[in-house]
Amino acid sequence: MTVTDSVRRRTPKAAKTNSVFKKVVMAVSGILMLLFLIAHMIGNLHVFQGAESFNDYSQWLRSFGEPALPPRTLLTAIEVGLLVSVVAHMWAAISLWRQAKRARPQAYVTKKSVVQSYASRTMRWGGVIIGLFIVYHILDLTFGVANPDGTDSTPYDRLVASFQNPIATTVYVVTLILLGMHLRHGVWSATQTLGQSNRRRERTVNAFAVAFATLLIAGYLVVPAAVVFGLVD
Amino acid sequence: MTATREGATRASAGTPAAAEKRGMNLTLRIWRQSNPSVKGKMVTYKVSDISPDMSFLEMLDVLNERLIMDGDDPVAFDHDCREGICGMCGVMINGQAHGPQQTTVCQLHMRSFKDGDSIDIEPWRASPFPVIKDLAVDRRAFDRIIQAGGYISVPTGTAPEAHSTPVPKKDSDAAFDAATCIGCGACVAACPNASSMLFTAAKVTHLGLMPQGQPERDDRVVNMVHQQDLEGFGGCTNIGECSASCPKGISMETISRLNHDLLGALRAGVRPKS
Repeated sequence: MTVTDSVRRRTPKAAKTNSVFKKVVMAVSGILMLLFLIAHMIGNLHVFQGAESFNDYSQWLRSFGEPALPPRTLLTAIEVGLLVSVVAHMWAAISLWRQAKRARPQAYVTKKSVVQSYASRTMRWGGVIIGLFIVYHILDLTFGVANPDGTDSTPYDRLVASFQNPIATTVYVVTLILLGMHLRHGVWSATQTLGQSNRRRERTVNAFAVAFATLLIAGYLVVPAAVVFGLVD
Repeated sequence: MTATREGATRASAGTPAAAEKRGMNLTLRIWRQSNPSVKGKMVTYKVSDISPDMSFLEMLDVLNERLIMDGDDPVAFDHDCREGICGMCGVMINGQAHGPQQTTVCQLHMRSFKDGDSIDIEPWRASPFPVIKDLAVDRRAFDRIIQAGGYISVPTGTAPEAHSTPVPKKDSDAAFDAATCIGCGACVAACPNASSMLFTAAKVTHLGLMPQGQPERDDRVVNMVHQQDLEGFGGCTNIGECSASCPKGISMETISRLNHDLLGALRAGVRPKS
């Protein structure tokens, strides 16, 4: 049983971290990022109140609590929280990915999925794409270095300039739909991982996951849609 | 292997009349691997005059009888009761654990296939389930997970008075649903992560819902999950292939219950003994 022996040799390392612990890290960091996504989506809607409101909101985030608190306190706290969450989420994902690879070194010649959703199938590569998008998104709209209007512009200008570019808009829309699917499986999976699902709740949890992901992503997509259709310029 | 293939084809060509009557002609592509340390490969065989009323295993028996007559090595596969209750049989059929019906391979009948079909047959693939030969895999990893769960504090001897420990009907039903797990390994085979979570969860649920299972409930879940990680199974990502492939239809609910019990036990300071 050479296969078994080689597995044994590797196991102390593999078992150092409980596989369910990895999933809990995944679930908790995912929920934190999800809370941010809700706030971010609502914040974006300031765009419909005009340029001034949107730019003021951006400024308010930076000056929150002043003068009692130093500048950027709220923003820095959110940024640190998100960075920790992203790193933890990625660590758990990569670790589980590698564990799955080790657990099935020889692939099936023929493998059919019975119920696996497209959302759950795309969690890993979808996650990688979303990660790359976040980098571009920050360079584009926060720093402005990847923005058509450049760094010397207001947040509102950058948003409008970005969504007037068809390529940038397509990338945004496609990634956001991918994010919606990621959340659809993520919400369900986190509920399972944290032991909060059962047969009675299963349908409700899944229905909620679909409804929540759809609403959230719709909230994000109305902004580029408004720019493309000229409601915001 | 070439000789085998030709031998099988020759033998099947000898009975054309019966095939015309009602039998099916099928092309099988079967994973052949003579021992754990060599590389295996898919080998093509033709079988003819297969009755739609045969079970899948009987169809393999027909093939094997012919291979033996031709002096070739028969295809090794696990089987025992052939009644769908022992959990011994199990192979991937056209990429699905136990084939197109949600049952065990022994209860799968050839009427689920059409004349002229090509069928791919592979062993369960997971590093904790090394191939012994052809389609037979070593599933002792499951036994070790069960062993890691330890004992329950039940007095042995004369059967206890039936009403001495009342069990709520709801719990008794749910525990029994989980207890129907036959440990066939289809959950691991179907899981894209090769995770044994549904199996372990079924065992944890089955004892965890009974009053008799309470004293060791925390230790049991922690030790069983620890053992399944030690064996080298993948981690569960709640995809649901396991439950959809389970011949006994064990539900995803058991996994949530395992997670719930495990998190509670870890919070209470229970650690695996190893």
